[in-house]
Amino acid sequence: MDVKSEVIAQFNQVAQEYGRRLAPLTNDLALSDSGLDSLCFAVVVTRLEISLGVDPFSADEDSRFPVTFGDFVGFYENAQK
Amino acid sequence: MPRNNPTSLWSSLASAGNLSSRIAVGAGASASWGELAAGSVLDDRAVKLHGSSVLVVTVDQFLAAAALIQLDGVARRIVLCPPDLPLEHVAFVADSAGTDLVVTDRIALESIHPRVECIVLREGQIRPESFDRGPQIETEWILLTSGTTGVPKLVVHTLASLAGAIEHRDALLPPVVWSTFYDIRRYGGLQIFLRAALTGTSLVLKGALESTAEFLARAGASGVTHISGTPSHWRHALMSSSEGLIAPQYVRLSGEIADQAILNHLRQQYSRARIAHAFASTEAGVAFVVNDGSMGFPAEMIGSTPDVDMKVEGFTLRIRSRRTASRYLGENSPNLRDADGFVDTGDALELRDGRFFFVGRQDGTINVGGLKVHPEEVEAVINRHPGVSMSLVRTKKSPITGALVVADVVLRTAPHTGEGGAQSLQHDILQFCRGELARHKVPAIINFVPALAVAETGKLVRRHA
Repeated sequence: MDVKSEVIAQFNQVAQEYGRRLAPLTNDLALSDSGLDSLCFAVVVTRLEISLGVDPFSADEDSRFPVTFGDFVGFYENAQK
Repeated sequence: MPRNNPTSLWSSLASAGNLSSRIAVGAGASASWGELAAGSVLDDRAVKLHGSSVLVVTVDQFLAAAALIQLDGVARRIVLCPPDLPLEHVAFVADSAGTDLVVTDRIALESIHPRVECIVLREGQIRPESFDRGPQIETEWILLTSGTTGVPKLVVHTLASLAGAIEHRDALLPPVVWSTFYDIRRYGGLQIFLRAALTGTSLVLKGALESTAEFLARAGASGVTHISGTPSHWRHALMSSSEGLIAPQYVRLSGEIADQAILNHLRQQYSRARIAHAFASTEAGVAFVVNDGSMGFPAEMIGSTPDVDMKVEGFTLRIRSRRTASRYLGENSPNLRDADGFVDTGDALELRDGRFFFVGRQDGTINVGGLKVHPEEVEAVINRHPGVSMSLVRTKKSPITGALVVADVVLRTAPHTGEGGAQSLQHDILQFCRGELARHKVPAIINFVPALAVAETGKLVRRHA
């Protein structure tokens, strides 16, 4: 499965469900400017755990928290390797 | 109307006029109250019963019923063990209750404790002769509730506290046949057992091996008029398509929060019946019954319920009455009542438009980023969705918010085949929740499951994280 397109799909889905306006998902978009709040991120992470089978946030507590959308996608791509 | 103030179960039965009403358990065991009052299951060792602490730990409900009638007023203490009490807990309970004697139909228990003598009963063994009951004493009735650590808590009642909500029944009223999904070794079932015994009405109980459909078919054939169970019991009956086998006049729910969906379903199914939901717990006793068909209860019931003082403190309902238990048994037990005699039920309430609603257990809340969610309030919303039969809301750990809300949902019928059917239904239920709940209370995920585990208590199995 293409990690990036799955992440994009979940961002869109959750933003729509929670009535948030999503910024264009470019690699250098800061997550804090994405339009999603922490509850939305929590939901995205939980749903990605189901669709991708990994939760890199819980798997490696020492890793740096992703800052940009590109980091976020990379975080999941690395976890899948 | 005068209240029952029984001195013992046996004396109440012995002094009653008509004892022809029967108690039937499963397809096999049945006797009239008169036969039970006159007979004996324990007679050849009767001498040991006087003033002893007796553990009644039978698989068979009928034997337990017979033993209760014989022991109350004779034994110092009766400990009622539910049939699913794990063997490893029996010794703990026996110790905590200072047990002298075990009455059981489980051979495995014969050597449970070196100090404790054991009477092993056989099925259907009621001897027609009575025994010398000696001077009547007030017996302590000990009921077990599951503690948070899994080890049972021993709750001390008397027949007077247990029977406090049972009103005298006019013999001229049309006959009543009681039934319950509960086991009589639990508070909810014991209430119905005592109600039937003390008012001389017939009682139909579920056999250990009977399915819900078999039980309801037998109850229907016995002409059951009054029947009680938890909302989970009732949802299960509605799902098993066996609810039409009975035509009760009175349907009673207790033990869990009765949400509007289950009240409406029962109202639809039993259009001629009175649908009531009661608030009662092993510790707090029977507090009140709500008869208006709506979930929750009118705020004015606090302060105007006869014989029961209620207050809301720290969001939870507190109850003081003569029906509450007096204490927990065993060393280092916590206080059951506060200094003013109130029992904290641990059930959280919310006041909306002059009505109190139960939102869930105070100790079962999910903390989503610092905001509290009661699983039961989310379930109540999900259960109102027309496609939903029942649901369980639980916590899921989240690295972002600490926890999230997740729902396991049993559908009335399977969704349309293919991924799309299930997905669109999930979406629909979530939309429904969004219209009713704060955003942090809306489940992050909805799983469709074929069934939900219901414990022997008749309540949904919840694992508190």
